[in-house]
Amino acid sequence: MITVFVPRDSAATSVGADEVASAIAAEAKKQKKDVKIVRNGSRGMLYLEPLVEVATDKGRVAYGPVSAKDVPELFKAGFLEGKSHKLGHGLTEEIPYFKTQERLTFARCGITDPLSVEDYIAHGGFAGLKKALELPPIAIVNQVTTSGLRGRGGAGFPTGIKWKTVHDLTADQKYVACNADEGDSGTFADRMLMEGDPFCLIEGMTIAAVAGGATEGYIYIRSEYPDAVNVMREAIEIARKANWLGKNIQGSKYSFDLFVRKGAGAYICGEETSMLESIEGKRGIVRYKPPIPAIEGLFGKPTIINNVMSFAAVPIILDKGGEFYRDYGVGRSRGTLAFQLAGNVKRGGLVEKAFGITTRQLLEDWGGGTATGRPARAIQVGGPLGAYLPESKFDVPMDYEEFVKVDAMVGHGGLVVFDDTVDMANQARFAMEFCAIESCGKCTPCRIGSTRGVEVIDRIVAGVEREKNLALLEDLCVTMADGSLCAMGGLTPFPVLSSLRGFPEDFHKPPANKFLADAAE
Amino acid sequence: MAKKAARPSNSPGEGASPIPSPAEVAALAVCARHGNKASELLEIFHDLQHQLGYVPEATLPVIARALNLSRAEVYGVQTFYHDFRRHPAGKHVVKICRAEACQSMGTDKLCSHAERSLKTPLGGTTADGMFTIEQVFCLGNCALSPAVMVDERLYGKVDAKRFDEIVAAYSKDAAE
Ligand SMILES: Cc1cc2nc3c(=O)[nH]c(=O)nc-3n(C[C@H](O)[C@H](O)[C@H](O)COP(=O)(O)O)c2cc1C
Ligand code: SF4
Ligand code: FES
Repeated sequence: MITVFVPRDSAATSVGADEVASAIAAEAKKQKKDVKIVRNGSRGMLYLEPLVEVATDKGRVAYGPVSAKDVPELFKAGFLEGKSHKLGHGLTEEIPYFKTQERLTFARCGITDPLSVEDYIAHGGFAGLKKALELPPIAIVNQVTTSGLRGRGGAGFPTGIKWKTVHDLTADQKYVACNADEGDSGTFADRMLMEGDPFCLIEGMTIAAVAGGATEGYIYIRSEYPDAVNVMREAIEIARKANWLGKNIQGSKYSFDLFVRKGAGAYICGEETSMLESIEGKRGIVRYKPPIPAIEGLFGKPTIINNVMSFAAVPIILDKGGEFYRDYGVGRSRGTLAFQLAGNVKRGGLVEKAFGITTRQLLEDWGGGTATGRPARAIQVGGPLGAYLPESKFDVPMDYEEFVKVDAMVGHGGLVVFDDTVDMANQARFAMEFCAIESCGKCTPCRIGSTRGVEVIDRIVAGVEREKNLALLEDLCVTMADGSLCAMGGLTPFPVLSSLRGFPEDFHKPPANKFLADAAE
Repeated sequence: MAKKAARPSNSPGEGASPIPSPAEVAALAVCARHGNKASELLEIFHDLQHQLGYVPEATLPVIARALNLSRAEVYGVQTFYHDFRRHPAGKHVVKICRAEACQSMGTDKLCSHAERSLKTPLGGTTADGMFTIEQVFCLGNCALSPAVMVDERLYGKVDAKRFDEIVAAYSKDAAE
């Protein structure tokens, strides 16, 4: 029997992976070939999706991007024996894009059947949890602290410190909550992991529960990710049956159960306290801090909140030790980050690398430049609240502190590439528009200021009292940054001001409509 | 006296009409399935919308009573989230991503094309009730931009031509 892998990842299915899988099944039947199709996660080389792999003696051989109509020809060329074809790339693991990565968190993603516990264990799964179950909880916390892991959701807060706070508290009930809201544009790592290796997240959260003394956990997944919701729900069910969740996990004294909560299309619910409100069934209005959620979190109880990527890094930290993880990276940015190459880029996908590489390396060595072939003019790093880097800043190393020095942020590791046709005044306007649409409404600078921001930028572009309005825009940004409760209003000035500072010429073009400008004067 | 009390009450003070509408019955059943727990309100709205296509206003007082919340609270939650509809949508909901990665690959053009080809603005429904088109911000398919989602199915690298093909396939399915 020959095993063929066709990803079930929604990026792969978005360009026809389901049709390819059916076509392979049909052709195999026609040719009376004994073929088993495994619907794996994605390898992250999204530019090659649907990426079909065939298991051979030498290893897995890759073909992509495959469309259903290529299938008969692939059979003819002998792809079931790994023979060459114009869509072939040789051994998957030898593809430079993949081979040069440092896959710690995504070590299994795309390799295993996401919903097979046996597969998961065969590839090193649950090794971290097994060790954790034998350790005193404080020793688990110490491993995480040693690893230097910082929150991957955006703020980069040391995970060990958060866990220690919850560990040290006594309460009748504690919770673990996973932030899988992944609202940042240009990011899809959380989705890819949940669809491609869901047990890894379950394992990481369970380790957190053991460390912190929690017995119940929630995964808050955005509704835009229906496939991830379904895979996670199924995986939880499977894990329960196999006693990797539930009462007395694997015969230990620890019990932990996990539930999925679906978001409802509000970006702000990615902010942790808004997320808690939402899990409680309320409007996602941001809470004042203190108290911090580690002390008074979900339903007022101590709660460990982390991003999907933070939890998913924990199993390998427990398995191989905090030092192993800490040995990757630079400065105070330890370990690896799953960079996501998105937008106008030739080879978009997920690149897991240690901190310290540059935007330019990611863009050129992995991304292969822009998809349109034009020069890259700006890269937005860290989602809609992240700064737009001009070309002169492409060589800043990916490191939390180095990015702060240039008024930018690493955030969740998404890079959105724009070519030289981009109008940066338009991007600045969008940042304000987005803030106006997604503001929770609690603070005036964020709720109203963003709408005023759109208007001010419109006036600048229209050439209406340009200098005065530019000064007003700067002033408004200061008010928003200083007068907002959370980073929604507080960081919206980043994309706006970075556009203004890095690309001033776009704000000084002759107005498109002279008549309008004159009329407004 | 006893006779009178046995009759179903329809006095104005009770609020609800004596015969609950099918939507109200559905709402009660969904709440019950969620243990009438206020913390499950989002899940309740999702389920109800899945069943009815939207969350009718008439169900809000019913939900409020079942969960022991005020109507204002229930209304507040429904209106806070972009997902919950207050009016019926088309047979298929087409969501076009308007966020940054998709912008870099021309989603603005795609949106205009969609509006022209379906003859309705973003947020609107086609005259035949087949499609509602909406904007969304990121579908997690940013390496294969522009991205579109129809109901719960994701599409990547959608240009004008592919958009028309996708829409045509749904129209054809309906015609058959
Ligand atoms: C407007 C806003 C949106 C956010 N969106 C997300 C998100 O989608 N996912 C996430 O993990 N964190 C998000 N965060 C950060 C969270 O508030 C929080 O820092 C994080 O979940 C903590 O987990 P970590 O320490 O593992 O990063 C957001 C913050 C703000 C202010
Ligand atoms: S800054 Fe904006 S999103 Fe954050 S709490 Fe204030 S109003 Fe809400
Ligand atoms: S920005 Fe469009 S799918 Fe992410």
